[in-house]
Amino acid sequence: MTRQKKPLRLRAQRFKNYLPLYLMMLPAFIYLFINNYLPLSGLVLAFKHYTVQGGIWGSENVGFQNFMFLFQNKDTALILRNTLGYNLLFMVVNMVLGVTLAILITEIGNQRLRKLAQSSMLIPFVVSIIIVSYMVRAFLDPQAGLLNTLLKAMGKNPISWYDTSGPWPYILTFVNAWKGVGYGCILYISSIMGIDPTLYEAARLSGASKLQTIRYITLPFLKPTVITLLLLNLGRIFNSDFGLFFQVPQNSGLIMDVTQTLDTFIYRGLISLPNIGMTAAASLLQSCIGFMLVIAFNALTRKMSRENAIF
Amino acid sequence: MIKSKQDKRFEVFASVVMVIVMFIIIFPFVLLFISSITEEKTLLINGYSIFPEKLSLAAYEYIWNSRDVIFRAYATTVGVTVIGTTLHVLLVALVAYPLSLRRLPGKSVFNFLLLFTILFNGGLVPTYMIYTTVFHIKDTYFALLVPNLLFSSFNAIIVRTYLRTNVPSELYESAKIDGASEFRIFREIALPLGKPIFVTVAVFAGLNYWNDWTNGLYYVSDSAKYSIQQMLNVMVKNIQYLTQFGRAPTSGSIPSVGLRMAIAFVAMLPILIIYPFLTKYFEKGITLGSVKG
Repeated sequence: MTRQKKPLRLRAQRFKNYLPLYLMMLPAFIYLFINNYLPLSGLVLAFKHYTVQGGIWGSENVGFQNFMFLFQNKDTALILRNTLGYNLLFMVVNMVLGVTLAILITEIGNQRLRKLAQSSMLIPFVVSIIIVSYMVRAFLDPQAGLLNTLLKAMGKNPISWYDTSGPWPYILTFVNAWKGVGYGCILYISSIMGIDPTLYEAARLSGASKLQTIRYITLPFLKPTVITLLLLNLGRIFNSDFGLFFQVPQNSGLIMDVTQTLDTFIYRGLISLPNIGMTAAASLLQSCIGFMLVIAFNALTRKMSRENAIF
Repeated sequence: MIKSKQDKRFEVFASVVMVIVMFIIIFPFVLLFISSITEEKTLLINGYSIFPEKLSLAAYEYIWNSRDVIFRAYATTVGVTVIGTTLHVLLVALVAYPLSLRRLPGKSVFNFLLLFTILFNGGLVPTYMIYTTVFHIKDTYFALLVPNLLFSSFNAIIVRTYLRTNVPSELYESAKIDGASEFRIFREIALPLGKPIFVTVAVFAGLNYWNDWTNGLYYVSDSAKYSIQQMLNVMVKNIQYLTQFGRAPTSGSIPSVGLRMAIAFVAMLPILIIYPFLTKYFEKGITLGSVKG
């Protein structure tokens, strides 16, 4: 008895010592419970025919019917194509631009210009996507937009941009790059700054040209950062930037074939009640595939560079 | 290092390209501002332009005339940003400090509970259903505040790692020996020593709250509770929304296009003004959160 009592009391003492620390963590975990864990129970909606009377848990069970509807929906293939296609396109474009601009910025001789260029890269990053969509409107407005003014000045017919699908893949890629390149660029710049300058000096002494030093020193050093960024983005390939695809095309119906992605589809389904089951099914699939991809690509990242992995 | 002719040429090339890139970055901001001070008729006839024929402050006059509505939305945004950022930093600090200690029993369980929220996300549908049917946050200020309170659990992990690597554990130990309570150690050692990371987290949280429009879109339809971003969002579809509140400016009718641009400009002005002072925190946050976003 006495033998058992002692560790128990010790344990109680230990717990009492750490109690303030647990109390400190309590608010955050209560919050995570409400915001992150409780909603997981709502995932059952994917298997239910939701009615307002029935609520989340009381509605009729329908098994995999919602998933059947989702796969029979003629738009599903299109939505997947857009979500994956744009993500891949954005990844490549932003990577190439980010690396190029980072190298150019670090090569600028004038200190003040270099600092100015570096800090301007993030300005679009801090502006809300709604304001970006206003700016895009100033270029694309069918009557008063800058692009149509230019077209008219060149004697060409104006284009009704918000009703024409063709140019939108380019427009969205451009807007996404304009807003997002700075983020990667800052990362690449900090990697470049971490390269030992004596490497460059040695290369120059042995007669390497500027382009050769970039090709054989800078790029190989950037490779791990580039690859980790790509891997982490691949883990999120089923998630699209809701703001970009919802706000920038201004919810225009005629170009939906090139602007609808999983996230806009889920939002639009959510606000039209009859579709909530199918939307919940899409949402659940997105979460599960996203989870598996993050785990898989994180494992790859760990192999590449331990410190860049999420866990 | 002696610079060769080729190096010089490359530097000039880099500078020229970057000047062009900076122009592409800045141009839309200039266009937005100029159109907010362009006379409405000029704008409708000649289109958006950097060099409009006729300038007019009618849009800003109109903003002033309907200031009850606009300042209300502005106050909502400021209030939500201040309260939300404070609570976010507090929550993050309080959870990150204990997790940064090697001695905390059960640490791995808490770490997992934190990490799992990053890896698996219920998504919009269940979150929306729980918030609206269980917590009834529709059309309340909570809707603007609560769903983003821990918008990124990564912040907690970043702060945890920062505290673990930057605060020597001897400091905690000696404070303990001197009889300081855990809360006192947190307040007087962890908080001051972690200041750079807390400021960085606050900057990102503040930006997130200031620019948030999704929670308004999902949960708020009562126009009295609009944030400035949501007001802009509603105005895209419905310019009448704003034109019913104010009196037309002294010179002619309501400048509907210019008005949108003027409100957009007013909405981003505070961010643009403080941006130069916070650049280093943005850069730091990006490199610290590394590629994890």
